[in-house]
Amino acid sequence: MNRTTAPGRLDDALRSTPEMQGSRATGAVANVLTFSWRALLKIKHMPEQLFDVIVTPIMFTVLFTYLFGGALAGSTSSYLHFLLPGILVQTVMFTSVYTGFTLNTDISRGVFDRFRSMPIWKPSPIVGAMVADMARYSASSLIVVVVGLLMGFRPEGGVPGVVLSILLLDYFAFGIGWVFTAVALAVRTPSTVLTMSWLLLMPLTFASNIFVNPDTLPDWLQGFVAVNPVALLVTAVRGIMNGHANAGDIGIALLAPTIITAICAPIAMWLYARKR
Amino acid sequence: MTSSGLAIETSGLVKTFGNNRAVDSIDLQVRAGTIFGLLGPNGAGKTTIVRILATLLRPDAGQALVLGHDVVHAPDDVRSMISLTGQFASVDEDLTGYENLVLVARLLGLSRAQAKARTRELLHAFDLGDAADKQVKAYSGGMRRRLDIAASIVRTPRLLFLDEPTTGLDPRSRNQVWDLIRTLVAQGTTLLLTTQYLEEADRLADRIAVIDHGRVIAEGTSTELKASIGTSVLHLTIRDATQTAAARELITTRLGETVHVEADTDTITVRLSDPDRAVLVLNELQAADIALAEFSLGQPTLDEVFFALTGRAADNAQ
Repeated sequence: MNRTTAPGRLDDALRSTPEMQGSRATGAVANVLTFSWRALLKIKHMPEQLFDVIVTPIMFTVLFTYLFGGALAGSTSSYLHFLLPGILVQTVMFTSVYTGFTLNTDISRGVFDRFRSMPIWKPSPIVGAMVADMARYSASSLIVVVVGLLMGFRPEGGVPGVVLSILLLDYFAFGIGWVFTAVALAVRTPSTVLTMSWLLLMPLTFASNIFVNPDTLPDWLQGFVAVNPVALLVTAVRGIMNGHANAGDIGIALLAPTIITAICAPIAMWLYARKR
Repeated sequence: MTSSGLAIETSGLVKTFGNNRAVDSIDLQVRAGTIFGLLGPNGAGKTTIVRILATLLRPDAGQALVLGHDVVHAPDDVRSMISLTGQFASVDEDLTGYENLVLVARLLGLSRAQAKARTRELLHAFDLGDAADKQVKAYSGGMRRRLDIAASIVRTPRLLFLDEPTTGLDPRSRNQVWDLIRTLVAQGTTLLLTTQYLEEADRLADRIAVIDHGRVIAEGTSTELKASIGTSVLHLTIRDATQTAAARELITTRLGETVHVEADTDTITVRLSDPDRAVLVLNELQAADIALAEFSLGQPTLDEVFFALTGRAADNAQ
């Protein structure tokens, strides 16, 4: 037999390591960072994952600016300043669905058995994936801003405004990510995750102020837009980007993801602990 | 280590999925530093037992202590001392072998430099150095298994679970995995192994529990089990099928061996306490002028073990 595993080498390899310590070896933050590294490695191996966070928002920005700009705002330039912050929010909403979709596929694989039997902070595989997603959103937001700049977008908030907007978007994405994570853990197949998530996503995204000023909407719809967390975020980001932000708008925009996390994160973790 | 010297101790363990009692009142005692084999067909409940002991599933009833810690009440203490190599590759297919091991090492608290050094050492020891930078999805079954086991010993666990480590492997890869397992246990790790192969349990395990429908139907050392079911099995096909009954009668009465005729093939199966007795059987048949079409002597298969223990064939349907 061609014995490829030299016992001597293996003996050495076994002897040279300490026993497991009988306690958690690392902190929660280190675990989360390790898992976000794992998610980034996956992007490295499958860069096509980035396609939907990059191409889709560019397409929406270019298409809608020239399609609706003249009719809705009188000129493409003024519509671009209205639309672009909204497109950033829409991108985060649409792609955060894939957080759930990916998790649903990922968690059914054998490697999660290993993670779940390891002495690590229990939510770290999920939180790590969400942190990596925040990096993806930041990248895609930056790309949309650059495309906007080429088309004539001149944010009055300047660089600090853009940076602050992206941070706010990331925080929102983290909050909304827990909703789709909970959905992903509650249902059986990835396609069900998509269907259920879209049902949630469509009214939140389109019954908002992303594309139009809600002043012309019927009262009942205006009432919904007024409390829709997506619309609140759009108002805040629009304010920050265009240099007329106020603390109240930003505060309310921060409130929604905080409440969502407080409710959905424990539900998601409860579902995770009971998965299979 | 526990004062009792037991790495695993369960009593009345039950797990039900719908109407299926996958684990039905299991009592196990596994001594520290030994290899314990759970032997049974697909769907017998082996994997469910492992998943409960590795804190992945909560039992519905009963108690399980792993290295002295209750799996339900102190899962973190259990996790800090065990490693699991699941039935389906518990490595990340999208990452390379190198990345997989660094990932596990970092999660177990090794520094970046230590993790890299340990990974290189393990890849070398498991002869995966050339495949280090390939994605695991391009690995062969045997390579995947070796990487999986390597990931389980990045830090030496006190207790290692190997769920069907050689199912689906070719004989050469299987031998490699067996070598690995022996080397591991020589270092003092306790091992709980599940398998569908009697030969595997026989070669590796100090003690074996035969599992059927979520219950332990026999337990003991390999020698003890064989004493109850015979160390080897002689298969005989009589040339003239009408003499089959006479042959059976002869072997039972003259030699006192347990004989079973398989209805569909007219093959006589003789369970022998000692393989040397095969010669006596053949001599008796020759003396009685019963000619053979075919005969073979071998280890009992899992099916035959099941037949011996339960009086029915192993039910692989689940």
